[in-house]
Amino acid sequence: MQSSVQSSVEANRSLQLKSQKVSRFKLTAAGKKAALGYLFLSPFLILFIVFTVIPVVQSVYLSFTYYNMLQPAKWVGLANYSVLFLEDDIFIKSLKNTFVFAVIAGPLSYCLSFLLAWVINTLRAKMLFSLAFYVPSITSGIALSIVWLYIFSGDRYGLLNNWMLSWGMIREPILWTTDPDTIMPVVIIVSLWMSMGTGFLVFLAGLQNVSPELYEAGAIDGISSRFQELWYITLPMMKPQLLFGAVNAIVAAFGVFDIAVAMAGMPSPNYAGHTIISHLFDYAFIRFELGYASSIAVFLFFITFGLGRIVMKLLSSKEQ
Amino acid sequence: MTLNFAKFAARFNRGLLYAFMIALVGFTAMPIIYMVSTAFKPLDELFLYPPRFFVQKPTLRSFYDLLTATDSSIVPFSRYIFNSLFVSASIVAASLFVCCLGAYVLSKFRPPGASFIFAVILSALMFSPQVTQIPTYLIVSKLGLVNTYWALILPKIAVAFNIFLMKQFFDQIPDALIEAAHIDGASEWKIFWKVIMAVSKPAWATLIIFTFIGNWNDYFSALVFTTSETMKTLPLAIQTLAGGPGVVARSGALAAGTFLVTLPPILVFLLFQKLIMNTMVHSGIKS
Repeated sequence: MQSSVQSSVEANRSLQLKSQKVSRFKLTAAGKKAALGYLFLSPFLILFIVFTVIPVVQSVYLSFTYYNMLQPAKWVGLANYSVLFLEDDIFIKSLKNTFVFAVIAGPLSYCLSFLLAWVINTLRAKMLFSLAFYVPSITSGIALSIVWLYIFSGDRYGLLNNWMLSWGMIREPILWTTDPDTIMPVVIIVSLWMSMGTGFLVFLAGLQNVSPELYEAGAIDGISSRFQELWYITLPMMKPQLLFGAVNAIVAAFGVFDIAVAMAGMPSPNYAGHTIISHLFDYAFIRFELGYASSIAVFLFFITFGLGRIVMKLLSSKEQ
Repeated sequence: MTLNFAKFAARFNRGLLYAFMIALVGFTAMPIIYMVSTAFKPLDELFLYPPRFFVQKPTLRSFYDLLTATDSSIVPFSRYIFNSLFVSASIVAASLFVCCLGAYVLSKFRPPGASFIFAVILSALMFSPQVTQIPTYLIVSKLGLVNTYWALILPKIAVAFNIFLMKQFFDQIPDALIEAAHIDGASEWKIFWKVIMAVSKPAWATLIIFTFIGNWNDYFSALVFTTSETMKTLPLAIQTLAGGPGVVARSGALAAGTFLVTLPPILVFLLFQKLIMNTMVHSGIKS
């Protein structure tokens, strides 16, 4: 490794010497540094291009084709997209489910994780509280779905049904994960439970980092209540963290898949737990219609990317 | 008198807040407590009606069943444990090396095009990884890697989040430190290894923990990139063991399996909590 670093630096230096004669020393140093930089960066760059950049580009290309992995891809223009939006009822259903999920669970988990972080930051035993809220998000959703399936089990043995029956709230057990009406609420509850993740940690860390002097200065300037403090000092100071949390929340909300599948199965009863990713998975890896599935992926890419950009615009500070 | 009352009210409010938060913790902890208690339940308690939340006579029977009974089936459960451990550990080691090295360049070398590369990485944070799964699958299958460990490891090394996290942290390190090392005659490689990595221990420890937890729990890539029983990772194996919703058979072994899958991330986080909090301060996106 070291010798190859040296040799490429050597090669680059001679190149630089030939082409740049003015202020030679400075430029050679810069050229040498750049070459070494690219060398250090190359392992990441190669893997990143192969497994992230090329896939995105290829997704866009495949979305205009019919491709089933056996025959070569056939160009079909916008056909996939028109089928997707005009004829595929199940896709529209999955779109609706995902939006319902994203609109409810996304902002709720975002606000909840900020609020909890804000409250925890004022409490004693901060670490204990933050651990208690963070742990659900690092457990495996798939593995814990076994516990949730027991809690939401549709018979009398199910924990929730059992409690509700014994308290006289319901007369008959509710079929939580098989009744199309209750599948989404159940998925949302489980996801919310797991959603105090990276965003929550970033908020917590950001809150601890707001310097106390700012609050003192604020008090002198006439800020009296804790909510004023929050609005005029804490929130503006935490913009970078808020932005990061928002991007995270959007990606997570639109990527909902494994919990929905683990709770409701695939396909779920009456497609009530079908999400965009479920649909993508269905067409890509069960039916092997990769062109069609790619158009779903591209659509999802534009949604999360577009929302991400909007959030960045909204939260970017004009003063800076 | 009024002052005392105000003081009392404030204290009362505070007590109420604590009570509320503790109740909330109790609520969020419930499924985990239930999972732990179920893993230690003997057979007769598993099917008790009405179901009991806490275990009465704890036993290790379920763990024993899980690790031995599956021997008779095609693949022993220990194989899944090995798969998960091996894949997660390999990704962690490779990603740490590749992303730290890359982030160091983006933060301190800034070769031409660095800001463009960083902008691309930042955009990569903005979409769910499943979006690129199809072409990734095509690439992996063209390379002939389906059903190998490579398929599970290679695509997970160059992760946008990891290099982003490290870059934000490296930005905080003063350039003077690097210059001082230069003056002392250290090579760039040595500076990276002995200076930068030494100073940023909390950051890469955080990266290790997040990468480990994320990949330990990852379900999607094992689902897509493997078809053979022997290549399954734990989350997928657990899902198979469960046989989907409504299956009651082997629920003891299942509970024990869940316990085994869930425990490592919690322990890892518990051990390194403080480091993680110190690092996350720097992870905001400045636009």
